[in-house]
Amino acid sequence: MALADAGVIPPAMTAPRPNRPVVPSAVLGTLIFVVAEVMFFVGLISAFTISRSGAPAGTWPVPGQPTLPKDATLYNTLALLSSGALLLVGQLLHARKKGSSKWAVLASWLLGAAFVALQGREWAQLLSGGLTLTSSRLGAFFYLIVGMHGVHAIGALVVLGLVVAQLFRGALKGGLFFGAQVFWYFVVLMWPVIYARVYF
Amino acid sequence: MSTAAHAEQDHAHGHAHHDEGFIKKYLWSTDHKMIAMQYLFTGMAMALIGGFTVYAFRMQLAFPGMSVPGYGRVTATDYNALVTTHGSVMIFWVAMPVLIAALGNYLIPLMIGCDDMVFPRLNRLSYQLFLISSIVLIASFYVPGGAFGGAWTSYPPLSAKAEYSLTGLGSSMWLLAVALEFAAFLLGGINFVTTVMNSRAPGMKMFDVPIVVWMIIIASILFMASVGPLIAGAVMLLFDQQIGTGFFDPAKGGDPVLWQHLFWFFGHPEVYVVLLPAMGIVAEIITVFSRKKLFAYKTVLYTAIGTGVLSFFVWAHHQFIAGIDPRMANVFSVTTLLISIPVAEMVFVYIGTLYGGSIRLTTPMLWALSFIAEFLLGGVTGIFLGASGSDIYFHDTYFVIAHFHYTFFPIAFIGSFAAITYWFPKMFGKMMNETWGKVHFWGTIISFNFIFIPLFFLGARGDHRRIYDYRHFPDLMKAGMQDMRILATLALLVLLAFQVVFLVNFFYSLFKGAKAPANPWEANTLEWQAPSPPPHGNFPQGLPNVYRGPYEYSHPDRQADWWPQTEPEPTKS
Repeated sequence: MALADAGVIPPAMTAPRPNRPVVPSAVLGTLIFVVAEVMFFVGLISAFTISRSGAPAGTWPVPGQPTLPKDATLYNTLALLSSGALLLVGQLLHARKKGSSKWAVLASWLLGAAFVALQGREWAQLLSGGLTLTSSRLGAFFYLIVGMHGVHAIGALVVLGLVVAQLFRGALKGGLFFGAQVFWYFVVLMWPVIYARVYF
Repeated sequence: MSTAAHAEQDHAHGHAHHDEGFIKKYLWSTDHKMIAMQYLFTGMAMALIGGFTVYAFRMQLAFPGMSVPGYGRVTATDYNALVTTHGSVMIFWVAMPVLIAALGNYLIPLMIGCDDMVFPRLNRLSYQLFLISSIVLIASFYVPGGAFGGAWTSYPPLSAKAEYSLTGLGSSMWLLAVALEFAAFLLGGINFVTTVMNSRAPGMKMFDVPIVVWMIIIASILFMASVGPLIAGAVMLLFDQQIGTGFFDPAKGGDPVLWQHLFWFFGHPEVYVVLLPAMGIVAEIITVFSRKKLFAYKTVLYTAIGTGVLSFFVWAHHQFIAGIDPRMANVFSVTTLLISIPVAEMVFVYIGTLYGGSIRLTTPMLWALSFIAEFLLGGVTGIFLGASGSDIYFHDTYFVIAHFHYTFFPIAFIGSFAAITYWFPKMFGKMMNETWGKVHFWGTIISFNFIFIPLFFLGARGDHRRIYDYRHFPDLMKAGMQDMRILATLALLVLLAFQVVFLVNFFYSLFKGAKAPANPWEANTLEWQAPSPPPHGNFPQGLPNVYRGPYEYSHPDRQADWWPQTEPEPTKS
């Protein structure tokens, strides 16, 4: 034992200060989760790109099956991007004055829900046109990638819906709001990449 | 919210729940130490399954057609299922839960001086998912067709169609088990990184964090950045199996090599996901028992980060014979050979730490030293497989098997034994028996080498790895090749027998061992400043203050040859 040292230490003289969190834990945790999610979509999209580039000429899409409606989907894309922008507005309002953001967040939620509904209509049209999971590899990739994004969007909307309810009741839990924001930005920003890589 | 106030709250909480029932305490706990124990014991139980499967199929290889005691006759389908289960279990259900989940959960809050993980309920969910995944995997043995038999790499089209693999439901259950297990580690990894970023004890700067914690953090980040593409591939494979899509099925225009890319993009970083924590454990132990400061702390840290980055660019060396472009093979040969440089550098750093130290040859130290020696053999033989020219010959031979067992056995078992023997006093408040620890060490190390050195020679003579009964291949039965298989199998039996010594020592010490003091190894890091075993909330006197890095051993100005991180500087009079 360090007997020589033991008697001469004035306690608390050099007590260090606590470390301050650089990023709130809820945001950091969600960000790390988002990294894994982004890599999941990177995997799906690169598999799609490799499969499409290796497909023999004239088989992608299979003749007689519908092509992906890139013009109509532009409206869905705009709805989702505006939803993200409105959430950003909500975040800025919230930073200035707590409680002033509820209408912006509600509008963001409604636009997000509109995106999911429009996507559902698009799927119904494509399915009735003959593009299914097993009809071609294009169909399989399309429903898998867009479906996975849709699942994430619905999950994020559930959490964002909780945030909206909390905002209107005036009982907001900070961690949930920040975490939901990070995740919704991921859903919003992932979509244009999918749109550009899969529809075109 | 100050950290100290939080700690007090947690203590009050802990005391209020002292009379919790068995389920609440052992199965529904949010305490990081209890979750670590859950992972440790589940991992050890799964290791028994992994050990039993290898016993059954090695007996079949050495004495084909015999009725294996305790198993019965190994049919060809059984053989496939046994090999697949051995590989999957040892990597996903032993190495990862013990090295990352158990030790990460146990050590991170204690070593950075906080009371628990940032998200304790996520942590509990993480173990529960892991337990379900283990149950799904074990249950797959009892469904029609039996457990999956398409190897732990699950290559399509074999794995994609029940007509080929003969295990329709087993294949899907294997995929489901792996997916659940990854979800569990994802939750764990989020906890690890967030906790180390936001909950370090007052005064602990980034470079005061012990190397083993850094290694677990880097490994968690590697895991989370690489697992996405594999999950994408797993979903696609599941669709191929159950819905009949054609992602990987050549009959439907699909591309089987695509799976290999998605799998190995995860699969190779995975090697470093388990290697780095083991390297970190070895760093801690070597420093403590050399009584010397760790040689080049920052070099180790930056080297580990470099290894992690580089590990994302080597995956296609598993596919040199899968018909990839030879120009691509060249690139991946170069990156693969490059990655041996940072790993070799870490080994040199450890040797530099040993140099001139006053070495104490305790059981954990023996394990740590043998890790360096055995892993070195694994690394050196990897050069032959990383170079595409020689890999074309060695691919799918027993040389590959011997190579990766010389890397994975040191990682998963030597690393775990080092960690368990070193942290056992802290975990359970009892000392393990040193003599029996050394008996177990020598029995394991010697028999391990007798298993795998013959396999190098078998592989060099072209022994193919996916053969159930070598009597059908006269070329592979020539001049003593079967004798070498028998030698390897007998050595395996010896190795398995010596694990009984470990289990007896472990459980005897757990209940009847000598009581351990708080700091039996005279170590500096924070976990040794807590009582053994640490109570709920870890540090009963309040969270520790940290004044210096973790490796101040044999400081010239001090009488004692260690200097705990929590001890303030003496005043200059």
